[in-house]
Amino acid sequence: MVDWQFFALLLSNGVLIGLMYSLIALGFVLVYKATDAINFAQGEFVMIAGFLVAVALGAYGAPLWLAVALALAVMIAFGFGLERVMLRPLIGRPIVAVIMATIGLAAILRGFGPLMWGAETKPLPLPIPDEPIVWGPFFIPPIQLLGAGVSLLFLAIFGWFFLRSRQGIAMRAVADSQQVAMAMGVNVERYFALAWAMTGIVSALGGLIWGNLLGVDVHLALVGFKVFPVVILGGLDSIPGAIIGGLIVGIVENVAAGYIDPWVGGGTKDFAPYVLMILALMIRPYGIFGKQIIERV
Amino acid sequence: MIHRECGVLKTTYEADMALYPLPIARRAVGAVAALFFLVLPFSVHEYYLSIVNLVSIAVVGALGLNILVGYTGQISIGHGAFMSVGAYTAANFATRLHWPFWLSLPLGGLMAALVGAVVGIPSLRIKGLYLAIATLAGQLIIEWTINHVTWISGGVQASIEVPRPRLGGFEIASQREMYFFLLIFVVVAITGTLNLVRSRVGRAFVAIRDHDIAAELTGINIFRYKLTAFAISSFYAGITGVLYTYYLGIANYEQFQIVTSIDYLAMIIIGGLGSVLGSIFGAIFVTLLPILIRYAMEAFGGLVLSPQAVLNTIPNLRLILFGALIVFFLVVEPEGLNRLWRNIRNYFRLWPFAY
Repeated sequence: MVDWQFFALLLSNGVLIGLMYSLIALGFVLVYKATDAINFAQGEFVMIAGFLVAVALGAYGAPLWLAVALALAVMIAFGFGLERVMLRPLIGRPIVAVIMATIGLAAILRGFGPLMWGAETKPLPLPIPDEPIVWGPFFIPPIQLLGAGVSLLFLAIFGWFFLRSRQGIAMRAVADSQQVAMAMGVNVERYFALAWAMTGIVSALGGLIWGNLLGVDVHLALVGFKVFPVVILGGLDSIPGAIIGGLIVGIVENVAAGYIDPWVGGGTKDFAPYVLMILALMIRPYGIFGKQIIERV
Repeated sequence: MIHRECGVLKTTYEADMALYPLPIARRAVGAVAALFFLVLPFSVHEYYLSIVNLVSIAVVGALGLNILVGYTGQISIGHGAFMSVGAYTAANFATRLHWPFWLSLPLGGLMAALVGAVVGIPSLRIKGLYLAIATLAGQLIIEWTINHVTWISGGVQASIEVPRPRLGGFEIASQREMYFFLLIFVVVAITGTLNLVRSRVGRAFVAIRDHDIAAELTGINIFRYKLTAFAISSFYAGITGVLYTYYLGIANYEQFQIVTSIDYLAMIIIGGLGSVLGSIFGAIFVTLLPILIRYAMEAFGGLVLSPQAVLNTIPNLRLILFGALIVFFLVVEPEGLNRLWRNIRNYFRLWPFAY
């Protein structure tokens, strides 16, 4: 294969995968934007949603729409419940406490999924063709195209939601200053719960798409590790940042894997985004679009 | 019990600064030391001693992490990686240059301290979440490097066999000998931490944790002390890694993955942040938890599940209980087991009177 063709292939693949990362990163950004809480269990949310869809399809033979509706409903309820039981008592506590609590939550979910539904990898079939679409030098698997499409759609919806809708504006007010929002008559607690429910929706879709791509088992949760480079690069509280960060991470990891993997024997995909992230943390810790509120002490 | 505090008059500065000012506390510490040095090793089976040994190793690591997280208020999700740095450094010195453990062990610790300080450099500019993610990146990058650079990790399996530690002509082989070997390090680590946190350096750490801007205004060089905290904490982690390597007889990166970092964070949270006793409680609790779950499942799990299903559920149950405990302690008792212990002690201090 000619050099530029190889590069173009890596690039197109990176763009599509990157957009799929953006979808998961969106769940993280939504929660951080509204409640200032950090969710280290984002990958596990995706995994649980994937399990729900795969088990409903495989073990119970439910039609796809029902399985997806079920996953959405359960994840929304889960988001609400979680905010109530775990996150609300932690409001006002040091940031380390929230981080550790979500790490604990991640451990619970990682044990709960296989315990309930079995540890073996489950397929998550979607009614789309397997053969890649060949277009010039590009080979595009349809699932990646679907994933990127869904991702862009939801990024647009949530972008609109925050900019234009009444609830979105209230949520931004809550994020800006909880006390002032409360004084202006915004029900802060309700918006916290809403933010977690929205993360549930995004995670359910992420689980559907990533579950189809990778198969559903505990390792699906590892996708969550890619969230951090994406959100740090893009900015923790920015929806356009999630897109740009996702694109950068997707492209960098694919191009790096394509050129470096043959020399080091694999694994560059998990490594390159983090090197990039360290550089970003040193130069511009608040990301490309994030609020510049880093204190220097 | 309050009458035991009566009549203790401090007439010198040395008496005022003593680690255990009360005669009863000194006797209690003496009794505990006697229990661990004389009674325990000669009264229990080797299998139980091997569990105690695992706890001893965890105590050293938990103390180190507590210096960083509990006392200085900086978070690190990279301690597993610092342990692996210590482990592989010592293993390489021990196998390539045939250095004895009393040289390779501090070298492992120093190398881990160096790497830890480098990973801690971003703490100058960032804190909280950003620092957590930066140390997470450190963990993943160190893990990847050790896994892919065969010069460090010694081949495809990324594991190096180390010889048994020798002291003079004496080889430490059995669990009982290993017990004494590890106990010495535990005592040194506990004494070291107790003295560190009441020294000038330790008080600077606490000042940074409580309010970093105020600390800087009182003349504490924040950058230097943050890096010192990272270095000391990683030194402990490195020593933990080396001890674990000598305990297993093999250095293997699988023992030091991100799960390990989270285990140690769980220890200090369950035990109690910013407390030496809490680190010990947490290390005991987290190390014993999977063993207790296994016993419980073997005893009672067979009633409802098939033997194979019992085996499959143990690791998952461990994860669930473990996560649930972290969340429970954070939400309900943020000061951990140490706080529960203090409550019990304060109750009995005035017993049988209410106040």
